[in-house]
Amino acid sequence: MRFAGAFVFNGTFLPLYGIVFIKLTNPTLKKMPTYNLKINGSSQSIEAAEDTPLLWALRDQLNMVGTKFGCGIGQCGACTVHIDGNAARSCQLQISQLDGKEITTIEGLSDDGSHPVQEAWKAIDVPQCGYCQAGQIMTASAFLDKNPNPSKQEIRNAMHGNICRCASYNRIENAVAMAAEKKIA
Amino acid sequence: MSTILSTKFSRRSFLRTSSLASGGMLIGFNFFTACKDTVKMPIDISKLNYNDFNAFIKISDEGMVTIFSPNPEIGQGVKTSMPMIIAEELDVPWENVNVVQGVLDTQNYVRQVAGGSQSIRFGWDALRQTGATARQMLVNAAAAKWGVDASECSAKQGFITNAKGESLGYGDVANEAAILEGERAAKIAALAEGEEAPEETIALKDPKEYTLIGTDVGNVDIDKIITGKPLFGLDYKAEGMVYASVLRPPAFGQVLESFDDTDARAVSGVIDVVKIGEKAIKLMGKEQVDWSVRLALSEKVVVIAENTWAAIKGKKALKAQWSDGTPLESTEAHDKILVDLLDGKDFTNLRKDGDVKTAFKQADKIVEQTYESPFLPHNCMEPMNFYANVTDSKIHLVGPVQTPASAASTVAALLGRDEKDIRLEMTRMGGGFGRRLYGDFVYEAAEISDKIRKPVKMVSTREDDMTTGVYRPAIKYRIAASIKDGELTGYHLKEAAVGSNMYGLIPNFFPAGAIENYQVDVAKYDSNITTGAWRAPYTNFLSFAEQSFIDELAEVLGKDPVQMRLDMLEKVKGSTDDRIQYSAERLQDVLKLAVEKSGYRKPKEGVFQGICAYYCHNTHVAEVADVVMEGNQPVVKRITVAVDCGIVVNPLGAKNQIEGGAIDGMGHSMYGDFAFEKGMPTSNNYDSYRLIRMNETPIVETHFVKNTISPTGLGEPALPPAGAAVAIAIKKATGNRIYKQPFATNMAAKPILG
Repeated sequence: MRFAGAFVFNGTFLPLYGIVFIKLTNPTLKKMPTYNLKINGSSQSIEAAEDTPLLWALRDQLNMVGTKFGCGIGQCGACTVHIDGNAARSCQLQISQLDGKEITTIEGLSDDGSHPVQEAWKAIDVPQCGYCQAGQIMTASAFLDKNPNPSKQEIRNAMHGNICRCASYNRIENAVAMAAEKKIA
Repeated sequence: MSTILSTKFSRRSFLRTSSLASGGMLIGFNFFTACKDTVKMPIDISKLNYNDFNAFIKISDEGMVTIFSPNPEIGQGVKTSMPMIIAEELDVPWENVNVVQGVLDTQNYVRQVAGGSQSIRFGWDALRQTGATARQMLVNAAAAKWGVDASECSAKQGFITNAKGESLGYGDVANEAAILEGERAAKIAALAEGEEAPEETIALKDPKEYTLIGTDVGNVDIDKIITGKPLFGLDYKAEGMVYASVLRPPAFGQVLESFDDTDARAVSGVIDVVKIGEKAIKLMGKEQVDWSVRLALSEKVVVIAENTWAAIKGKKALKAQWSDGTPLESTEAHDKILVDLLDGKDFTNLRKDGDVKTAFKQADKIVEQTYESPFLPHNCMEPMNFYANVTDSKIHLVGPVQTPASAASTVAALLGRDEKDIRLEMTRMGGGFGRRLYGDFVYEAAEISDKIRKPVKMVSTREDDMTTGVYRPAIKYRIAASIKDGELTGYHLKEAAVGSNMYGLIPNFFPAGAIENYQVDVAKYDSNITTGAWRAPYTNFLSFAEQSFIDELAEVLGKDPVQMRLDMLEKVKGSTDDRIQYSAERLQDVLKLAVEKSGYRKPKEGVFQGICAYYCHNTHVAEVADVVMEGNQPVVKRITVAVDCGIVVNPLGAKNQIEGGAIDGMGHSMYGDFAFEKGMPTSNNYDSYRLIRMNETPIVETHFVKNTISPTGLGEPALPPAGAAVAIAIKKATGNRIYKQPFATNMAAKPILG
């Protein structure tokens, strides 16, 4: 399931690590079917059109609004969640394709904000407006699970897919490094 | 120059105190009448006024302090830093302070605005006076309880202590303080006509005594942000709420002809399709209409659905016909129009010193360059959205807007309703950058709810935001300088802009005042493409043009670019021109600090450094960009920023603004590109519009000038110098000067050095 690849954007190489892409199928206009999703360890039943992106099912139907809408085309990372432990763009995942998958959202990363990545984010006081940060944290936490002892360049590559319009990039980089050190300690 | 340490004022017009039914006291205060210092606004963004907003403090019986922060929070940190200033003077432990976002309250708060980097500057004295006055009220109440003189008592960290060493918590006397204040207010109210209320002097802390200001305080919303709790406009929900997606004209100049909603209605989850816009169009005929009503002045088709996805899908399924209301414009045509304006004679003069014409006639040499910038969209990460619930008796509005007061009054005018019936709540905003100064999305939500009579959330997509926005105007500057006997004798800057020109004191920023013969002229082309404020309006590009030009002049004159600026600034000292509000000394000092901290005089092998200094939004900044060549590409590795913003209220938040501002300034200078063809933007999402990302990001190192001057804002000032510092460093690394943004597509990357 893990996808490690890259694409070229305006002549710039954008590496994407641990990000799952599932192609959207053609939307159908049937009446709403029911889907069972395993989110943050519990089973959630949801009635929605089969092409509904996980992002909107989470936000509108399940009232889990921590996962953010930024671009809707998988380019900004604000909607990042974990699918079976891999970072994935929830705006590009249809609920009909997630049967049996373990979905983790920012709400489920820890009960109380005590995940090492969240603690590092707080210690460094990363956010400015704060809107993109849930997605940044989800990308960082999945990355550190796979690579607990990353180099500076590996951190920069891993976080390259998440846009922060306020440009809190220096602090994001430092927070990922701090979380890595904490995890090892 | 130092900040004031005590103040005389009449409490009558400034504070209102009452005891609470639940115990404790509520203090209402008015920033505006507390501000003795009638400092003129440095720049006026249209009709905005920043210096008269109010707020409330609540002190509970338990001694807990709630501060209602009135100013909109867009990521600039005022929800943390402004309450810090009150807490410092009140002398209460920060752990006992709870900060709550105030709602728009036109009765008690006036003009709640986030913009122009002015919140801290205008709030500073009033916030300190408020905290100090509240502390004195509590001390007076404790003294009365003990039967001692208030001068024998002191307050510290939430406790009042008397000469005997007895102490009382703030909560123990909060109610008494409110009652005492009520009695005092009654006495003042009973004064005979013509009799003045006694002025009182309350001591403010010496900055040396600060225990909270100047310390690192984390974002007050941090726990909610890192755990994904509802916080932003898009997160707001209400019972029975439906979702709306608005189809606006695809090109600027187009208006709706007709539409077919058959397929849209067939989308599961779609409830209704309605048309809006007629009310906004009608409103434009009236007087005193907020400018932003003009945005997308066409009828629009709205898909109402049970959820956002169905609304977006429904909108995509709409078939609409559009006609050209006004001619459709293109960047290619604008380029020619702006050059023609620069070549022409039809200018408005904004500043004229000496005689530029004669200086140019007598010159040995004239240097002239033209600098060009594209339109830029704001790209707030949280797309525009707003909640509205219009009923027969009330209008409830909730969401992210930088100008809540004008949004509410415009909605009242739009719907023909009384402003008193409107309740507007502000949420935290996923970025502002100027976009949320314009309330078009509020009016749309209100018009939709008015039509369908349901609570509704209007949600724009990224494509909607990027293609139907308000943009930084595309601008060209032509700067010419005259040189005589190896010295700079004249400077003439011309601006040609699409939409609107620089305003206020901008033409008086450095290098104004430093050159004997100096002139700034502007011209504009009125377009149907909407333009407006974009983080650090005008200076975001002007700084690049002017500072690049000064660097080039230094090269032509064979002068050191730092020394040349220091010498120019020397000539400004002692100026009596009140339009010159920057301090030559402070600008020199940040320049020297940047030189020292960046190692500018001794760069490392292979590192090319560009330096510049700029003043805007009342803050003095110098920046040095370090560029290295990787292959044949110049790469920005570090930006050193030296800042004089006076007293630094919250260094942790302040540095965040500076780091973000410098990277934002560099990012948009390097990559920001936005053009129009036949009235339509050529990019609409992040696959075709490039924003700076982690791998292009330099390390930003911030250094503050330490002083006790009253603080100024930081939301914008670090942005403008970054583009210039980077362009100058790239020139050193490659030998080629850059005159056009974005740099990435307008620079010859090949190095000519080595």
